[in-house]
Amino acid sequence: MSDIAERVKKIVVDHLGVEESKVVENASFIDDLGADSLDTVELVMAFEEEFGVEIPDDAAEKILSVKDAIDFIKANAAA
Amino acid sequence: MRRVVVTGLGMVTPLGVGHALNWERLISGNSGIRGITGFDASDLASKVAGQLPRGTGDGEFNADSFVSPKDQRKMDDFIVFAIAAAQEAIKDSGWTPQTDEERERTGVMVGSGIGGLPGIADGAVTLHEKGPRRLSPFFIPGCLINLASGHISIQHGFKGPNHAVVTACSTGAHAIGDAARLIMWDDADVMVAGGTEAAVSRLGVGGFAAMRALSTNFNDTPEKASRPYDKDRDGFVIGEGAGVVVLEELEHAKKRGATIYAEVVGYGLSGDAYHISAPAEDGNGGFRAMKGALKRAGLNPSDIDYVNAHGTSTPLGDEIELGAVKRLFGDAMDNLAMSSTKSAIGHLLGAAGAVEAIYSIKAINHGIVPPTLNLDNPSESCMGVNLVPKVAQERRVRAALSNSFGFGGTNASLVFKEFA
Repeated sequence: MSDIAERVKKIVVDHLGVEESKVVENASFIDDLGADSLDTVELVMAFEEEFGVEIPDDAAEKILSVKDAIDFIKANAAA
Repeated sequence: MRRVVVTGLGMVTPLGVGHALNWERLISGNSGIRGITGFDASDLASKVAGQLPRGTGDGEFNADSFVSPKDQRKMDDFIVFAIAAAQEAIKDSGWTPQTDEERERTGVMVGSGIGGLPGIADGAVTLHEKGPRRLSPFFIPGCLINLASGHISIQHGFKGPNHAVVTACSTGAHAIGDAARLIMWDDADVMVAGGTEAAVSRLGVGGFAAMRALSTNFNDTPEKASRPYDKDRDGFVIGEGAGVVVLEELEHAKKRGATIYAEVVGYGLSGDAYHISAPAEDGNGGFRAMKGALKRAGLNPSDIDYVNAHGTSTPLGDEIELGAVKRLFGDAMDNLAMSSTKSAIGHLLGAAGAVEAIYSIKAINHGIVPPTLNLDNPSESCMGVNLVPKVAQERRVRAALSNSFGFGGTNASLVFKEFA
């Protein structure tokens, strides 16, 4: 399962162009990692692609931090 | 009326990055036209283009130097090119507004003829193959033409008028002319103005080829393909790049001791009301744009020493423009030098007018007029006209006129005068 956390963090690092050390589980995409609202939409799309899950808009709106993303994928990803 | 001068220059073109390097290569007779690279051109009728020399070497274009790789994903190349040219022009001008008021009096007007065509092509493929949920949230802001001005304003904190021109191949000229008027009318003290284009793509080249507008006879000798006024010309060569100038109210520029390259004295506009792509045969549209620019400048044809022609290397267009210039200049043709720098860089579409305005200003500053390359056998109508064949000529240029004509029958002429 830690594999999911690593993959999520890698996507965040790649898409937001931030230091890996800043991408801790509690980090908020917008408040801590400098994302804007469009960045978060793109992040959610990247999670969908990487993990083969569909993240509906109402669920996406609640994915605000690294931890939120990991939790959602753990609960919903097939693999 | 407030007077407007040019205090900063910036450009990225097929001849390279930077206005000083561009000028050096232009007057040396170098060509920036090559066989198309970066995408498959094997089934395209025209396989040559003026593309930015990409790389990290001297004068080569490296997008990472201007925009972080992370942010490049959010914008099409036309925006990256504009940001690069604007950075040079703003730095060149030395203008760094410190107060809110100064920032609010500094605006941006950088246009594009086509905008994010490659991004639109990619977006359409994504939509078709994967559906709407896979469209990037950056697809729209990455393609919109006014986002070039938007990004430049955000980067530099310029909060004055934020505008964008879209008039096909006269975009760059209209942007400079209109931005100058915003300063004249006291809507701003400084304007960052110009044009940008990045439509050298399969869709762009394919589209222009469908109009039979492009050169197709020189696919094996790219440097020979753009040959304005030559008998063997057979269409324009598509190019990419950006040109940006910093325009400034004269007293504002003097007060801060800025370098003044030239004064923007004339600007004329007209419409052909004739055809979507062909110029009216009598050349009346171009004639009236030039006449309007001279009138605004308060100059006579004999005061103009250099015309940077629109001269795209199409069989019809070059002839019509030359006819209009002859009609307007009359006896003053004897002393006039006129050349098409598209012979060296191709047709930069929405960026052309801005890049060529900068070349015209450089001609004034250096007392050298750039050559028309590949002019081996001038058309009959060119007899007695100094088209500066192949080699640059030294001569004083007191004032220069730059022409830009676009699809839809839109015409713009700018006149720049030496600042003494």
